[in-house]
Amino acid sequence: MSSAKKAIKPRVPMPEQPAAERRRNFEEVALGYTLELAMEEAARCLQCKKPPCQKGCPVEVNIKDFVGHLAKGDVVAAYRTIKETNSLPAVCGRVCPQEIQCEGSCVLGKKGQPVAIGRLERFAADEFAAKSACEEITGMPECPMIQEDLKVACIGSGPSSLTVAGYLSSRGVKVTVFEALHEPGGVLTYGIPRFRLPKRIVKREVDALKENQVDIVLNWVGGKTFSVEELFEDGYKAVFVGVGAGLPRFMGIPGENLIGVFSANEYLTRVNLGRAWNFPEFDTPCFACTRATVIGGGNVAMDAARTALRLGAEKVTIVYRRTQDEMPARQEELHHALEEGVELACLCGPLAFNGDERGYLKSMTVQKMTLGEPDASGRCRPCALEGETMEIETDMCVVAVGSGPNPVLLGATPEIETNRRGYIVINEETGETAMENVFAGGDIVTGSATVILAMGAGRRAAQEIARRLGVE
Amino acid sequence: MPTKILKKRKLIPGTTSELTLDAPQIAKKAQPGNFIILRVSENGERIPLTIADADPEAGTIKIVYLVLGKTTAELETLDEGDEIHDLCGPLGKATHIEKEGTVICVGGGTGIAAMHHIAKGHHKAGNHVVAIIGARNKDLLLFYDELTAFCPEVLVSTDDGSFGHKGFVTEVLKKRLEEDKTVKEVVAIGPVPMMRAVALTTEPFGVKTTVSLNSIMVDGIGMCGACRVTVGGEVKFACVDGPEFDGHKVDFAELSARLGAYKPQEKDSHEQYKCRCQCHE
Repeated sequence: MSSAKKAIKPRVPMPEQPAAERRRNFEEVALGYTLELAMEEAARCLQCKKPPCQKGCPVEVNIKDFVGHLAKGDVVAAYRTIKETNSLPAVCGRVCPQEIQCEGSCVLGKKGQPVAIGRLERFAADEFAAKSACEEITGMPECPMIQEDLKVACIGSGPSSLTVAGYLSSRGVKVTVFEALHEPGGVLTYGIPRFRLPKRIVKREVDALKENQVDIVLNWVGGKTFSVEELFEDGYKAVFVGVGAGLPRFMGIPGENLIGVFSANEYLTRVNLGRAWNFPEFDTPCFACTRATVIGGGNVAMDAARTALRLGAEKVTIVYRRTQDEMPARQEELHHALEEGVELACLCGPLAFNGDERGYLKSMTVQKMTLGEPDASGRCRPCALEGETMEIETDMCVVAVGSGPNPVLLGATPEIETNRRGYIVINEETGETAMENVFAGGDIVTGSATVILAMGAGRRAAQEIARRLGVE
Repeated sequence: MPTKILKKRKLIPGTTSELTLDAPQIAKKAQPGNFIILRVSENGERIPLTIADADPEAGTIKIVYLVLGKTTAELETLDEGDEIHDLCGPLGKATHIEKEGTVICVGGGTGIAAMHHIAKGHHKAGNHVVAIIGARNKDLLLFYDELTAFCPEVLVSTDDGSFGHKGFVTEVLKKRLEEDKTVKEVVAIGPVPMMRAVALTTEPFGVKTTVSLNSIMVDGIGMCGACRVTVGGEVKFACVDGPEFDGHKVDFAELSARLGAYKPQEKDSHEQYKCRCQCHE
């Protein structure tokens, strides 16, 4: 390629709040491109004949075209192009791990920095900002007629269910989404902090669905308030199960029930869903600490660490068994966390939590590790350095080592087949479970993964449901 | 979805009330042992409360609460016709009930209301239900009439001796167990020290003892693990694995400590609320 011979221009930087300021507030960190910056960045795209970026995207957004439109300043065309396959672009532009997906496949990345596809996607979505709600979800200026007898239910209101609701409602299907908590959005609401994904973005996507006559029923717990069977009795033609992998994992080490040790789910749910960052204006409290530790190296660990910092912790340390290079978090999140002053204690495996006589956490004992041969995940296995332990002083520890399948709905619905690990078994082609006309997708099938993969699964199931209902 | 308060009964004026709520779907599903989670207002905290009774025909459930912190203080300001902002349920595993013979149900404080639903379940299953309830004094005793309506025996203890035995429920329980070796199960619901004392009392008799744990919860559907308790050396989530567990295996000391995790914040929140209310008066 001739352009490869020229020096590749670096990507246009994203304006963001200075680290020193943002480390104590909950406002969004990345501020977004202006039209000028977006056009400049989009102009870096080579417009490859066979664009590898599209293949790198789980929902195969036509990246080449949308970036091309943006380079010309045509935001509406760019937005419509994205929306053809991605129902939540404002969310994905902010939380997708682009470096291992679209941007990881970008040809420019071989010699320089790849096109900032995520930032451009976010810009297109924010700039477009729902001129009309129908247009927002369907790409069409007018809403379709909703057929009240074509009823489909979604259980859970996270990214996979919202995708199913968007896809089917735009084809005239009456969709009802049942959410167990008191706010919709699933992990987008209780899990991802607002400094990374402002809650107005989630609300905008949900409001757009409501405009398309999607009913969102809150405080309605699948498997408790109602059963899957009852939905069919009530006339629903198909049910989509997107209940997520919400059961927090603990490590099973001594002292884990001391006061001050929390699951990341508890810590983040209190702050995000309960708005504990604004206590006592909001009633949900959050544990106050001075020296916070977070165990884990994924996005959830980064979110918990940065939240603790914002809530006033003097020192926040991420404790991880491997090294920085093996951390599964998005690069940007790790980079932002370090900029804000989060410290890393790598090659440390937690052995025990130590408390005082009142049952409060005081410190954590860790095993020093070294990296060994790569394991099944392809990452180097952490190996204990015998006899080398260390004590880390801490009065709050957030455990972010992953989660398992939520047992509430599945325990009440034995007809839905699960695998050895408790996740739902589906037909890979259709997304259907062992129970007829019951589909599933997202973390409850794959285990903890990403927003975009859950959306891809939702889209696949929605396509099959649409086919069966004759509204493709 | 807001839930309407159909009836409010002040059981102990200013501190304990019973609400009858319009919740047909929950009433249809509620089993003894289940609980609900509610949020009083838009900025409210989610708190769990045990279902004291359910009437599927009328489409109603009853909850009983003691005014302890900000959320229950705010709940107490609501009246018949008012709405609770959010309410979901029925949550938790239902009580395991089978026809087994004599069952003693012990209740203390507001725990008597929660125990009432379970006692009723045992009664319906054909068990001989002995209720043992306690309070500081006669005026603070809850659900005496409700329990006498179906329990062949209702034994009472009060701290000051103003009604029934003077002393603790455990003394009444011990005496009853000594007199009757056929008791199959003891169920205890109330403050943690009471449940611990009941478990210690029944242990020498080798009687199966079930306690219902009121640990701190956020979602109530297994997502956060705030409610984790140690039972027989294993970590359990009270919301989805319980709330009922084998009283002889529960680590009550840990439960007590964990219940105090947010004491300073709870106190602040409640005090600020009381101050705000006084300012408006």
